Amino acid sequence: MANDIAIIGVGLYGFGRHADISAIQMGVSAANQAMDDAGLKWTDIEVGYVGSLSVMMPETMTKFLGYTGVPMSKMFNGCATGGNLLLNTANAIRAGRADIGICIGLDKHPKGAFSAGESMDSTGLPQWYGDVGLTVNPQFFAMKIQRYMHDYGISPETLTRTAVKAFRNGELNPAAWRRRALSAEEIDNSMMVCDPLRKYHFCSPSDGAAAAIVCRADIAHRFSGTPIYLRAGEFVTRQTGTIDVQATSFSSTPTIGASEAAARAAFESAGIGPDEIDIVQCQDTEVGHEIMHLAELGLVEHGEQEALIRDGGTSLGGRLPVNTDGGLLANGEPIGASGLRQVHEVVRQLRGVAGPHQVQRELKTGITHVYGFPGSSCVTILSK
Amino acid sequence: MTSNGNTQIPIAEGLFTWPSPAPQLIGGQCSDCKAVHFPKQDNCQACAGREVVALPLSRRGKLWTWTIQNFVPPIPPYTGPVEGFKPFGVGYVELPDGLVVEGRLTVNDPAMLKIGMDMELVLEPFRIDAQGNEVLNYAFAPVAG
Repeated sequence: MANDIAIIGVGLYGFGRHADISAIQMGVSAANQAMDDAGLKWTDIEVGYVGSLSVMMPETMTKFLGYTGVPMSKMFNGCATGGNLLLNTANAIRAGRADIGICIGLDKHPKGAFSAGESMDSTGLPQWYGDVGLTVNPQFFAMKIQRYMHDYGISPETLTRTAVKAFRNGELNPAAWRRRALSAEEIDNSMMVCDPLRKYHFCSPSDGAAAAIVCRADIAHRFSGTPIYLRAGEFVTRQTGTIDVQATSFSSTPTIGASEAAARAAFESAGIGPDEIDIVQCQDTEVGHEIMHLAELGLVEHGEQEALIRDGGTSLGGRLPVNTDGGLLANGEPIGASGLRQVHEVVRQLRGVAGPHQVQRELKTGITHVYGFPGSSCVTILSK
Repeated sequence: MTSNGNTQIPIAEGLFTWPSPAPQLIGGQCSDCKAVHFPKQDNCQACAGREVVALPLSRRGKLWTWTIQNFVPPIPPYTGPVEGFKPFGVGYVELPDGLVVEGRLTVNDPAMLKIGMDMELVLEPFRIDAQGNEVLNYAFAPVAG
């Protein structure tokens, strides 16, 4: 079991719509909070990885943190950015380049579905694909769950129960964006976006930042933050035989999906089994993917979600609490920051200091999972 | 030429056989591992081989999944009608050539769509361009009967 990297501090600039503050300033705020949590200073940080879609060069943050000469590298892997920031910071420490590092995700987005922009060149997709209206992520989310419901008997009620749970968690979480619980009726009466998914089955783009301080596990005791260990982290891109976001075609011969591949590799390298996971933060761009990802991560059998969710198994008091802070549904998605929000939440839940949405039992091990265009996923396993 | 006097042009060259009484999508097949993808590109996505030949794809297949796009897609890149926008179907159709292809559907009524149903390739007018040409795109239509 890998036991060489510790997370000793986490910070969050609560997600939402923040017109009066720049993404860079939100990132600085999250970084300062993480340093305070760890009980160290910017001058202690020896390496940094920063993720953002909207900020071209986030190393400009050093202007507001300190010109210490620290190497700050930008990474962007769509929705999978956050987990990969943590993984690369850990790898830099493992490579002996630093003892203490920071990873920061920060972003700010306009309202509405993400647009590829005028030219399709940066997506690797042909221009006609954008012209005819196929570069719309909700179409993919809808089509994947549509097939999954057909294959595994997931009902529309299970979609809505998942949204009810998310907004209920958001209501409890002081840092969430959506603080109002929604009834099943309100959700079922919201606008149909892409069948079978309605408005309140989806998250929205939002603004925010999150950060984590990572160090060599053997020096973690020097700092005040209760260490949580990074047991494994895996980042993978897609193979040929899975339906993935914005794919013009895929092979009829099924292959393992990116999320499943990342999870299998992470469990194997951690020497931890899916049955040992106490708490889950997984990519819930919409309810369908929360449901499917639970099985892709190996936490439940395909189809088992129907009974699990009906019986409240994924709620705060259930046997497998999922997206305890309200997930993407209640927090929205600043893409570069979203994965580190998950890390922030799992660290605080494992420490037992999450707040009003704390799971009321002893938690030892958690998993974080992000997935996004063009079929990339990152999984981390964290434990006390 | 259409009845309105517009010249018809395909939305992209090399996407489907045109003109043709029975148009086919043009995929790419790896000379080495024989895997097929769409649209044709210069390398194989399965084995990373760099020799790919054009393969006209079967016109019929089975609906693998579907949805309805109920709102105007983000502009850009969308160039279709906005005034009087009509929701459109989107789906993946599994072809006997060993791949599942994404495309627009000719129908937008959920009651008319069922996973596993037979679908057929058609060309349909998408928009009129600045030169007055009628731009044709491919779509999948339920097979009658």
